[in-house]
Amino acid sequence: MATSIRAAAEDGSAPPSAPRRTGPAAAPPRSAWRSRLYRLDLKASPYAYIAPFFLCFAAFGLFPLIWTGWLSLHRVDLLNTDVMDWRGVDNYTRLWDTDQFWNALRNTFTIGVISTVPQLLMALGLAHLLNYRLRGRGFFRVAILAPYATSIAAATLVFVQLFNPDYGMINWFLSLAGIEHTDWYADTWPSQIAISTIVTWRWTGYNALIYLAAMQAVPKDLYEAASLDGASRWQQFTKVTIPSIRPTILFTIIVSTIGATQLFGEPMLFGGGVGVSGGSAHQFQTLSLYMYELGWPSRQLGRASAVAWTMLLILLLIGAVNLLIARRNRSKLGG
Amino acid sequence: MTTALSTAPRRRFRAGAGDHDKAGPVAYVVLALAAAVSLFPLYWTFVAASSTGERVAQSPPPLVPSGQLWHNITTAWDQADMGTALLNSTVVAGCVSLSTVLFSTLAGFAFAKLPFRGRNALLTLVVATMTIPPQLSVIPLYRIITGLHWGNQLQAVILPSLVAAFGVFFMRQFLVEALPVELIEAARVDGAHSLRIIWHVVLPIARPAMAVLGMLVFVQSWNDFFWPFVVLTQQNPTVQVALSAIGGGSGHDINQAVIMTGALVGTLPLLLIFALLGKHIVGGITAGAVKS
Repeated sequence: MATSIRAAAEDGSAPPSAPRRTGPAAAPPRSAWRSRLYRLDLKASPYAYIAPFFLCFAAFGLFPLIWTGWLSLHRVDLLNTDVMDWRGVDNYTRLWDTDQFWNALRNTFTIGVISTVPQLLMALGLAHLLNYRLRGRGFFRVAILAPYATSIAAATLVFVQLFNPDYGMINWFLSLAGIEHTDWYADTWPSQIAISTIVTWRWTGYNALIYLAAMQAVPKDLYEAASLDGASRWQQFTKVTIPSIRPTILFTIIVSTIGATQLFGEPMLFGGGVGVSGGSAHQFQTLSLYMYELGWPSRQLGRASAVAWTMLLILLLIGAVNLLIARRNRSKLGG
Repeated sequence: MTTALSTAPRRRFRAGAGDHDKAGPVAYVVLALAAAVSLFPLYWTFVAASSTGERVAQSPPPLVPSGQLWHNITTAWDQADMGTALLNSTVVAGCVSLSTVLFSTLAGFAFAKLPFRGRNALLTLVVATMTIPPQLSVIPLYRIITGLHWGNQLQAVILPSLVAAFGVFFMRQFLVEALPVELIEAARVDGAHSLRIIWHVVLPIARPAMAVLGMLVFVQSWNDFFWPFVVLTQQNPTVQVALSAIGGGSGHDINQAVIMTGALVGTLPLLLIFALLGKHIVGGITAGAVKS
């Protein structure tokens, strides 16, 4: 590092005490200009450095988000977006009255729960094991993270094969245990479990590593003290580890809840075809898929926008609940 | 410098602590099982991709590779234009990760070490934007893109992803710890302006984190599905969009082995990156998460 500093000093503009100035009169204006420049640099450059993010977010995140809200109050056709008929909250009340919307909402919820809960619990357990002194630690870490390198599209295609009701490996394996023929494509619960399996498979290792990192930051003397007090490994896990990494757990809960709310690729591709949106009876159609179906195949952008904004409201609600729980827990601990 | 990113070895407390944190046989069995479950679908993709369609559709399914791999690859190549798809994905993921790393480093440096008004509020805003689903912006974005006649063009995928909140946050977390304020102050005393400080002080220190962020963003961008699926077509697809077409055809007459070959070809580049740099990626994920 020292070298780069020196380089900065050497080829940098001459230091203030540079002796070759012609006279004392020339120095003050120049240094005044310079210090103004210096102050400007100090004041303005931070904004310049964070500007790209905020510009990009404003252009491709915030502005479209508000526009979506505006669209959701109109009737708009995908192929002729210049014609906008004012509809007020009609699109929202229509959603309320549509069974397919409630179905999609319910599916998003159930798939979210049966993918997020086991995923985070298993991640927690795996992180705990990885936190032991272990041979082949590096291998285990990379191995459980490998699914993260697989895309939604590739992973779903593979699991569609594995879950095939007729020749898929999973049914073959289950038949060894005496469980005969589950229709993972057509039946509601099996298909939702299959989709959740894909999500869980891809993200468990990732979450495990995040937990592991948090666990390694827990002071070791807490464990020493606990084991001196005769706490078993299980007690150490529940009484020391879990409370210590609670903020990280909350973080992963929020992130995976957001992910679950947006679930799109897995149910889309698990359905097998672009025309079939979320299963023959919409048995695994999520909110995102419903939005896509309204907006693109059905060309009703206004109604699709209403679904999008409903998703935002749901996320805000979930966020508020999470915050409340976090605050209550904190006051319980502090009190 | 790399030590800051490696996953914090902590041996010191162990002396005299006995064996209470040593993994027992149960831990090994469970971890081996988890590793097997993680890796098996990838292995099986390879098995299926090297088989004939009939062999894949057998019960019990095949468990060892066969000799059809090359034949299937050429078929998949013809069916879905995998060549264009791979090239497009490389261009998109390359541009997105380069620009994300550059802008995130600048912003992360500002948030970590430069004092300015509203810094904390703006940083909170950055983190908050992570919770907004991309679905919310897709409809107007689609309109903007078609209005610009960029439908089916790669810049339609690249531009919205030029910089990511996650990256800004990641670089900020790294630089808060890794960049001593004294170095910046010393450079300032020497009369260096902030761009010069970035070039000579920040970038050399940030390099390992930039590399990790670059890999993470590359993986994410390569695997991105929703927006490319909306805005691109099969004439100019990324790998994921091409895969959705191979798998999305109508059911039975499609050669299942070829589908698996597509999945294999689309995943292989990333698996290679993982095999080579897996440890660094693991280190990066854990380093980025510690202080969240």
